[in-house]
Amino acid sequence: MGEANEILVNDRGARNEREGARVGREGRGGHGGESYRPLVELTLVRVREFVREKEAVFWTFIFPVLLACALGIAFRNSGPERVRVAVEAAPGAGATAAAQTAAALAKSPGVEVLSLSPEESARALRAGKVSLVVVAGAAAEPNDATDVPDAGSTLQGGLAQTDFAYRYDPTRPESRAARLEVDAALARARGRPDAVAAREEQVTASGARYIDFLVPGLIGLNLMGSGMWSLGFSIVVARGRKLLKRFAATPMRRTDYLLSFILSRLAFLFLEVAAVLGFAWLVFGVRVHGSVAGVGLVALLGAMAFSGLGLLVAARPTTIEGVSGLMNFVMLPMWLLSGTFFSADRFPAAVQPFVKALPLTAANDALRALINDGAPLASQWPQLTILVLWALVSFVVALRIFQWQ
Amino acid sequence: MAIDTLGVVRDGERSHDPSREGGRSAARCVGLTKRYADVVAVDNLDMEVRASECFGVLGPNGAGKTTTVEILEGLTTPDRGTVEVLGEAWGRGHDRALRERLGVQLQETQFSEKVTVAETMRLFRSFYRRGRDVEELLRLVSLEEKRGSLIGKLSGGQKQRLALACALAGAPELLFLDEPTTGLDPQARLQLWDIVENFRAGGGTILLTTHYMEEAARLCDRVAIMDHGRVITLDTPAALVASLGAEQIVEMSVTGELSEREIARLRGVTVVRRREGGAYSLTVGDIATALPALLDELARQEVKLETLSTHEATLEDVFVSLTGRNLRDG
Repeated sequence: MGEANEILVNDRGARNEREGARVGREGRGGHGGESYRPLVELTLVRVREFVREKEAVFWTFIFPVLLACALGIAFRNSGPERVRVAVEAAPGAGATAAAQTAAALAKSPGVEVLSLSPEESARALRAGKVSLVVVAGAAAEPNDATDVPDAGSTLQGGLAQTDFAYRYDPTRPESRAARLEVDAALARARGRPDAVAAREEQVTASGARYIDFLVPGLIGLNLMGSGMWSLGFSIVVARGRKLLKRFAATPMRRTDYLLSFILSRLAFLFLEVAAVLGFAWLVFGVRVHGSVAGVGLVALLGAMAFSGLGLLVAARPTTIEGVSGLMNFVMLPMWLLSGTFFSADRFPAAVQPFVKALPLTAANDALRALINDGAPLASQWPQLTILVLWALVSFVVALRIFQWQ
Repeated sequence: MAIDTLGVVRDGERSHDPSREGGRSAARCVGLTKRYADVVAVDNLDMEVRASECFGVLGPNGAGKTTTVEILEGLTTPDRGTVEVLGEAWGRGHDRALRERLGVQLQETQFSEKVTVAETMRLFRSFYRRGRDVEELLRLVSLEEKRGSLIGKLSGGQKQRLALACALAGAPELLFLDEPTTGLDPQARLQLWDIVENFRAGGGTILLTTHYMEEAARLCDRVAIMDHGRVITLDTPAALVASLGAEQIVEMSVTGELSEREIARLRGVTVVRRREGGAYSLTVGDIATALPALLDELARQEVKLETLSTHEATLEDVFVSLTGRNLRDG
């Protein structure tokens, strides 16, 4: 603390006096030439953080497109699906009968035949690789209800010496279909004409393919995923870094902080939706039959509902592990129940009210109605109401219980 | 209307209640108590920070410094006791208005790494209705050239200076600094001290915690020494050192049995304190008379002297004499 320091301080004092005169003009009343709006600054920081995080950009924009691509190719419509059946020789019966049976079935366009040993066919049936096992040369055992729920017919002529047994699980719809298909094929092979000859009219309407069903679901899923992960993680990380506590020590409005997360989500929302929709249109010809603006509105409300949920989930945990657990707890039911990959109508009537109240179900249903069915936006008011309620309630509760330390 | 060295705006609009000026308190707490599970972090603590002073809270880790400061900052609620900051109490509906007048630097805030210096500065500036412009603040902490750098690329000292700039963003009347230089190299520490001294010179009030006695001695007008949640002594740094009644401290270590009583009787020696492992610390009034006598006595007792050093008494020695422990022992 010698003279040197005093000189330093005096020197600075003089410099600051000069600056003070200038700042005095600019900073009169504390309002400088620049104006600073906390909500804008908070949102900008969020957007910058996101854009500068390459992984986040990948998972938000690229991943859903890749997923749509992979699923679209895996489930593309390549003619009607064929039933897969196995043919095995009955114990004691020769391989000839089984080979003849397989050859007869292979002639039928709706059947794909695998010739398997009894052990292999049992395994294939259990694993669902085949829907039905045809046991060729078996003696009819109508009383054995466990292994052979339905005895095969005994045929006359051609394959006349062969007895058949069908082994299948009648609770599986595809197994029942296979049984009918195989029965008809064997009857035709025996030379029996169809009892009823009906003309077939096959329909593959655009908007009814699996990819058409899938794309709105993927958009909904993406709204949920990016809303919850991006908010949940950044808040919990900020809490762990004591940044939330530091914010709490400023006059910043708590609502500004939470609102900035929702606003920053909206900045990317339309890009996200456009990426998936545009890709599906270019590659798979998926069209938006309803109003594009309506799709935008549903996506907007959906994003707000999921942002609210993200805030709620992140309101208290202090570790990434903690928030991840909560996230999965909240998202898993929606992954399973909300009809992203298959229709939620399949679930029992008892759980339907719960399923319908989930925000992802509401978003998916409304998106499908608009994109696939061309339904008017107004017809989706129950779904829109559900989304708005989720957004409002979760935001208010999150604000209440939010921990800043 | 004038703006002081470091952003303390003084004009009619700022609460300029004459009854609060000069010698009055900027922050005060009475009977403050805070318990965490089975630990009493702050134990019936009274403390007063006067306007326009730099008040230091010195103590080892776990003494309750941070808890005390965070209660004053309105971030932690005390179990008992009253707090008054710039004439206001927390939780009476004026919290936001009060926060406009405070600058806070927490012990371990990490700003987002993917945001630049200037963007962080803008963000914090935007929280306050008044204050200096971003460029001005960056110049105050010599970070103009780093304005475009991401926080993740800054050194520890630069991050601390940015944290200080954020604390100064609203041109505060009262600045809280919780261990501002912990973990910094000596040069970074000197830079930070300069900024703090400038703010102080501009009439701002500072409450600073530290476990570096040289920091407290250099920056603070008054120092409270805290241990186990209590203030064990409070005075100016000079008065605290003078209270030892000593000019010099002799540290020595010996092998063999030493009679402390004989040493304590020597002329000029006021206190003998045994440390662990054959080490002793002597408080000595006059080193010129005490040292020869000490060496004679060691020879007489046939004790082998291993090391011996002397230094002028410091706040560290005040802490040792009051608690028997070193500041950094924790």
